[in-house]
Amino acid sequence: MTEEHSDPMTVMQRKDVNPIAHLTADDITEIGRRLDAIRAEVIEARGERDAAYIRRVIDVQRKLELGSRIVLFASLFPPAWILGTAGLSVAKILENMEIGHNVMHGQWDWMRDPKIHSTTWEWDNASPAEQWKHAHNELHHTYTNVIGRDNDLGYGIMRVDEDQRWHPIYLAQPLWCFINACFFEFGIAAYDLELGKNLSSKRRRSDPEFKARARQVLRKIGKQALKDYVVHPLLTGPAFLTTMAATATANLVRNLWTNSVILCGHFPEGVETFEKRSIDGETKAEWYLRQMLGSANISGGKAMHIMTGNLSYQIEHHLFPDLPSNRYQEIAPKVRQIFDDYGLNYVTGPLPRQVGSAWGKVFRLSLPNELALKLKRRRPARPVPTPAVLGERRAAYGLTPEPVAV
Amino acid sequence: MTAVNGDTDRDRGVRDRLRRRLWSIAEAMASPRRPEDYLDMFHPLRRGADLRGRVVAVRPEAGEAVTVVLRPGAAWRPHVPGQYVRVGLDVDGIRRRRSYSITSPPVTADGTVAITARAVAGGIVSAHLAQRLAPGDLVHLDQACGDFVLPDPAPEKVLFITGGSGITPVIGMLRSGLQRLRDVVLVHSDATRRDVIFGPELRELAAGGRIRLVEHHTERAGRLAMAELRSLVPDLAERETWACGPAGLLDRIESYWTDLESGHRLHTERFRSKLAEPGDGGTVEFTTGGITVDCAGTSSILEAGEASGVLLPSGCRMGICFSCVLPLRDGTVRDLRSGEITRAEPGDGVLVQTCVSAAAGHCQIDN
Repeated sequence: MTEEHSDPMTVMQRKDVNPIAHLTADDITEIGRRLDAIRAEVIEARGERDAAYIRRVIDVQRKLELGSRIVLFASLFPPAWILGTAGLSVAKILENMEIGHNVMHGQWDWMRDPKIHSTTWEWDNASPAEQWKHAHNELHHTYTNVIGRDNDLGYGIMRVDEDQRWHPIYLAQPLWCFINACFFEFGIAAYDLELGKNLSSKRRRSDPEFKARARQVLRKIGKQALKDYVVHPLLTGPAFLTTMAATATANLVRNLWTNSVILCGHFPEGVETFEKRSIDGETKAEWYLRQMLGSANISGGKAMHIMTGNLSYQIEHHLFPDLPSNRYQEIAPKVRQIFDDYGLNYVTGPLPRQVGSAWGKVFRLSLPNELALKLKRRRPARPVPTPAVLGERRAAYGLTPEPVAV
Repeated sequence: MTAVNGDTDRDRGVRDRLRRRLWSIAEAMASPRRPEDYLDMFHPLRRGADLRGRVVAVRPEAGEAVTVVLRPGAAWRPHVPGQYVRVGLDVDGIRRRRSYSITSPPVTADGTVAITARAVAGGIVSAHLAQRLAPGDLVHLDQACGDFVLPDPAPEKVLFITGGSGITPVIGMLRSGLQRLRDVVLVHSDATRRDVIFGPELRELAAGGRIRLVEHHTERAGRLAMAELRSLVPDLAERETWACGPAGLLDRIESYWTDLESGHRLHTERFRSKLAEPGDGGTVEFTTGGITVDCAGTSSILEAGEASGVLLPSGCRMGICFSCVLPLRDGTVRDLRSGEITRAEPGDGVLVQTCVSAAAGHCQIDN
């Protein structure tokens, strides 16, 4: 055990195929150096074009939302209902993903525009920005896929990794997971509030800080509900009920879509998880490596990338959470080149396949490991570069041609 | 009469209440945005909006200067000639704020306001003004400010001493305040005759006998010495004086006037503040967002924070307006102008001007 813990990547080495067994310490350092260089290049180049991009997305989103809400005045008329609901769904998705998520990551802070800044943005979602930023930016992005540290791994309610202990309650997880997807924004709010943990004991329940944060969430939910289910429907007068149904549908569509995108980010087969102690003393380069192995992309067209908030470039996003989202697709080939050069698995695939893969895991891991492992599809053998090929690549970067035992 | 007034007051009260009610509905509709975020898309210059200006024209001036004519938003308050305005521009996608002298009269037929700037070597904002800004663009504005203005009533005899772009606040006074001034001498120093911003206009005023203009060209005659100034304007001690220009010129004028003990006032306007020898710098931790940045001894906490994307209030950027003041919670800062050290114990909230303070070791700023 002690021996295992002194190694930075313990969990991976227990896997059937250790994905980094062929890397030396120098290789990892070099990967870090090359990623730092990509980051520096983007920071050097970002400017007017990027600013114009986010302003345009925000402009389009607001006009789409405004337009859709106006169309819903005629929501008694079915084609108007469909058009308005579709428009509002897209507007809400854009607001949450390409705008909200990315602005709150600080991707646009460099513009110094107080209207588009991580410290001032509030999003169209149940979870208050402040709580989401803590849970997401500070915890999930730091402890990505570390079992026991990263609560995004199953959101504390799902079993998505063999290393999470099985309990009979997980038999119901496909159902539970589907309900969570439908009400995803409230799931996120509860998760950011650490509701499960905080309701578990009387001491936690009566903690004034928890109570204050719970009140903050309830206020936010109240405002959201007032807007979507009272004020806008009332304004449309006789169309009250159809407008309310339209906003409810738009919120449901947004919830299902964002949930699917999030599932694709870390749960598909092929994504690695890490043991709690494996990150003790982790270097920046090792952190990079963990992000590379712990994230998965979605392949597809331009519209799909924008609708996922460029989280379809989850790997690039996890490597550089604060770079402008429009830049991820530009750096993706360079990032992928690093995966290829070092024989690492760049997990990507079209949306239906990745969603299917993630849901497959949800179903499979609802069973105890003895059964779950039987159902596991054997990973196709990845061509790990031969020592000769790797040696050549190392030489090209001025490193020792032979791996040094770590 | 009283009854009628009472009714009017009540009507107004009802209208106000109605307006507030409607606005709160608009707020509920727009949440989590603000109603103004949507209104700004269609009418950014309306009353109640953050103050902005739309560029009407960009005109090159002599001496690599540029005049930008703006139509300000409805909330704009007319300036006093000699004042400047802080303008926020997005340069390479980054919001930057600079102060420029207003060169138009306070009231113009079309309600526009003109600012004039000279391109500074390596100055990204002034280059943006000259090369990229185009009619139709929006810029962010503050209300005009500054106390480099003529008093009311104006003094009998006035002397203006200007160097280079230092003419820009003075031209504002000449364009709109000249009827109040009887005896005006303007001594202007510039590299050559061709470099004088508003040169033809000034020479015309002089030819018409409205002002006495003395041009000093440094390329031929070297920098303006005080003895020479004395011989050019023998009665300078009797004149209330306004001086604006490069730091060297203003330093010489200030010390000369101190020696002169004329009793007549000297007003100076600096584009940059005097700086002390820098310290070693340090690190600044901004409490909102928990960002820590390195701050060199020569750069202000404001600049260091902005460079890392931290959102900070700012104003004149030279230690005058106090809009950038934030509490120092812990650590030590050094005043860039005087070298003076300000210290805070943990939990303190010593207010410091971030635009003229550098870190001296580690410090914590509440942003």
